[in-house]
Amino acid sequence: MKRTTKRNTRRGSANDDPSVLVPKVTPKRFFGLGLPGVDLEKLSGKLVVVEGADGSGRSTQIVRLVQWLEASGHHTLQVGLKRSSLVSEELETAQQGNILSRTTLSLFYATDFADQLENNILPALRAGSIVIADRYIYTLMVRDLVRGMDEDWLRNLYGIALVPDAVFYLEVRPEILVQRVFAKQQALDYWESGMDLGLSRDMFDSFLQYQSRMRDTFRRLQRRYGFDIIDAERSMDEVNAELRQRIENVLAGDLSRQPTAG
Amino acid sequence: MTHTFADLGFPGRLIAVEGLDGSGKSTQIYLLKRWLEMRGLKVFFSEWNSSALVKSATSKGKKQNLLTPTTFSLIHATDFADRYERQLLPLLKAGYLVLCDRYIYTAFARDVVRGCPPAWVRGVYSFAARPDITFFFRSHLEVSLNRILDNRPTLKHHEAGMDLGLSTDPYESFRIFQGRIFEQYLAMSTEFDFVVMDANRRIEEQQGLVRKFVEDRIGLETYAVVK
Repeated sequence: MKRTTKRNTRRGSANDDPSVLVPKVTPKRFFGLGLPGVDLEKLSGKLVVVEGADGSGRSTQIVRLVQWLEASGHHTLQVGLKRSSLVSEELETAQQGNILSRTTLSLFYATDFADQLENNILPALRAGSIVIADRYIYTLMVRDLVRGMDEDWLRNLYGIALVPDAVFYLEVRPEILVQRVFAKQQALDYWESGMDLGLSRDMFDSFLQYQSRMRDTFRRLQRRYGFDIIDAERSMDEVNAELRQRIENVLAGDLSRQPTAG
Repeated sequence: MTHTFADLGFPGRLIAVEGLDGSGKSTQIYLLKRWLEMRGLKVFFSEWNSSALVKSATSKGKKQNLLTPTTFSLIHATDFADRYERQLLPLLKAGYLVLCDRYIYTAFARDVVRGCPPAWVRGVYSFAARPDITFFFRSHLEVSLNRILDNRPTLKHHEAGMDLGLSTDPYESFRIFQGRIFEQYLAMSTEFDFVVMDANRRIEEQQGLVRKFVEDRIGLETYAVVK
């Protein structure tokens, strides 16, 4: 017996039904010129991306989504930025010292991304897993665009990336975001406040200005790449229910909200 | 970018040498450097793949064979960008003659042989201006190969192109790999306006031609060290 989408949503992960939905395989493609030697037809898994600033509830939502997906019988892999075995340590060192110039840092992140794409994401998709990415090329592009990097250059660079099956941008207004950050930790982060841009010597001001530029740029990219903007100022439960609903649709092969290559 | 540093209004000039390992290009650029220094000019020499920070990641990757054609390409691009932005650009702005043993064409050749799309690699490096002069040392493939292989060196995994699976024998793999890189260089010669040097001639003959070309192309007297 197959679970219907509706029923699954109502019962969530507390489902005693032993049947497991087999996700429908849908075509994959690259944003641009792609990677050498990758057979797209062999990628039977799904790539789901969650984007959003620190404090948007991204990590909490991802933890809950993974639990739910595993409970529903799907093998799941989590990936994120700056986690590659190849350059993550070097990237951390470089960031601490703030010694790298813009293009270099950008390429460093691209290397980290490519390493994870080829060594983690693609093998998992070949094995039919659901890959949940804690941020993806959109964050990398938005960060660079806000810092004045050339958009065509970035588009070519990230032409190696796979177009995800779903992209959720958890949107929170900067003034709410700053409150959430303070509720969790005592200080604002240097990079998340965009201090390297020299917008303001005042970290609070800089944070608000930087985050609002990030949000504007995300919105602009949204129009180009067609991802889902999720109102993340609502409760964790409400946001989670919406994400689950949308992911269920994706697993069922619904392509109506599929992101584009831009 | 399709402009040279002169086109972009930089006071400095960049001279690059390209060619296969064993083509004698490093010898030639060293002798050019000595000559320019002796004339009391502001000269800076830069090598491919030499920045400290990225080196640690590159060697780790190479050791563990973690690198794919794409990450190999990107990590070298990162290294180059670091050198370009922190070293080459400031020196060129300060009016130096910058000599590069290999420039972006080395990446174009190697990465494309490894399977990266040519347009992608060119796009990645498009932040970099073109050299004012690029000498391509065109040697007989066999001569270059023998110069390297006669000493039976320990060839590193990627250096020998072992990652391409061309042959299980590192020396055989190196031969095939270098042959393909050579073809890429030839194909780029016209596209990027290389000054093609006959690398089979005597060292002194080549150096004479190199010096003459540089003298004619660049008004060297303006690069004197400020006392």
